[in-house]
Amino acid sequence: MNGTQITRGTVLVLGGKVTELLARLGDVALLAGRTFYYALKPPFEFRTLTQQMDHIGVRSVAICGIAAVFTGLVLALQTTYGLARFGAKGYVGIVVSLSMVRELGPVLTALLVGGRVGSGMTAELGAMKVTEQIDAMRALGANHIKKLVVPRVLSVMLVLPLLTVLADALGIFGGLLISQYEFHVEPYLYMSTIWRNLGLADLLSGLGKTVVFGFLIGIIGCYNGLEVSGGTEGIGRATTATVVTSAILILISDFFLTKFFWWLEFLS
Amino acid sequence: MPSAIELCQLFKTFDDHQVLQGLDLEIEEGEILTILGGSGTGKSVLLRMMIGLLKPDAGRILIEGQDLVPLPEDDLLKVRRKVGMLFQGAALFDSLTVLENVAFPLREHTRMTAGEIRDRVAEVLALVGMAGTEEKVPAELSGGMRKRVGLARAIALTPRLVLYDEPTTGLDPRNVEKINELITDLRAKLRVTSVVVTHDLQSAFRISDRVALLSEGRIAGTGTPAEIGQSQSPVVQEFLAGQL
Repeated sequence: MNGTQITRGTVLVLGGKVTELLARLGDVALLAGRTFYYALKPPFEFRTLTQQMDHIGVRSVAICGIAAVFTGLVLALQTTYGLARFGAKGYVGIVVSLSMVRELGPVLTALLVGGRVGSGMTAELGAMKVTEQIDAMRALGANHIKKLVVPRVLSVMLVLPLLTVLADALGIFGGLLISQYEFHVEPYLYMSTIWRNLGLADLLSGLGKTVVFGFLIGIIGCYNGLEVSGGTEGIGRATTATVVTSAILILISDFFLTKFFWWLEFLS
Repeated sequence: MPSAIELCQLFKTFDDHQVLQGLDLEIEEGEILTILGGSGTGKSVLLRMMIGLLKPDAGRILIEGQDLVPLPEDDLLKVRRKVGMLFQGAALFDSLTVLENVAFPLREHTRMTAGEIRDRVAEVLALVGMAGTEEKVPAELSGGMRKRVGLARAIALTPRLVLYDEPTTGLDPRNVEKINELITDLRAKLRVTSVVVTHDLQSAFRISDRVALLSEGRIAGTGTPAEIGQSQSPVVQEFLAGQL
């Protein structure tokens, strides 16, 4: 095999991969479009939506809460250690709260919910696909996107900001505990730096991100579930793909969303 | 007799495999037609096309004169009200009870009250010999029972056409007998047109008004069970001899 043939082969393989990726992106965009269309078209599936919100939200409280408290503890530990070198450990409250509210709360919660809920959605819809339940739903004259995808995507978009508020509060509380007992920072001082410096824009920029993260988790989880092929082995592959894809998309979109909210804050 | 279904020049290819190659078939109103064929000949593909779950690459599928092929999904949903389908594995919704499964199409397409829905569910469950199982979940049912509940769900809206995908596969002889009886009973009681896809020769010959043999993407022969049994066509003879 000569050099030209190798180059041609490489280009063909790469071209095939790029085409496949673009086709998938197109399919996801199409599913997203249909999801929005059916979300706005009556009748609305309130019962399924509340069931999903309970399933996603209430059952994710413990995992998100534990992660947030320990993140707050570690964040305060590391930050106060650094600030103490400059005699500025009194500012630990605002540093911890800004980090939690603007960045760690939304991203950590989204990563945890993405892992737990996104993969669950893929597994559930994938199992329905391989057992022909989705075909049966269509055959019974029901729209599977309206019945299955819309409630799942909407519920993550609605629940993730609420879980993030909880995570923010618990993270800040964790920071308060460690700075009081480990570094002897008065709770009053810790909280007063937060009240004086943490603005509504900080909170909204964090919560705004979570709505987008929720959409990404929901749509990726549902798309991978609906595209499952190859039986139970296919379900396994699809759930792994959901966890990896949603985590990467959350981290990438976080950068652009942060820039976007900075731009909004700058404008206002 | 007018045609309930007309399939005209259907073509379908999956990757490089050409499944249907210009298939033509007419199904008359009120008859039980069984489509026979070996594994992988496209029997289930054909059945899925009749309810709009799959679209052909070319050709027309007329259900009571209406072509399904150009219809978008939203319009197909309306057409599917006229058609019931029993899936090979019954495809009951795991998370719902028998009552909720059978009530699903009623809740979706009618404005019946909860009481009326309960009554209708009890009625169709009795029709398939599954009375009193409303509160069970699919995991508690045997294969034959699941198929009967699947059939109850398929006929809940009193469709004019019922499609059966391998209705007797994986069942013991007693359940095979029960399902066969149900197919013929439902035709007698509800006057539905029935299309059965199977490779179970015995059942096909027992329940069908007409049998069609699918081979190499086309209908190789149609006729009454007696006509098919006596057919001189080499493809039909090969299939009957179990050589396909």
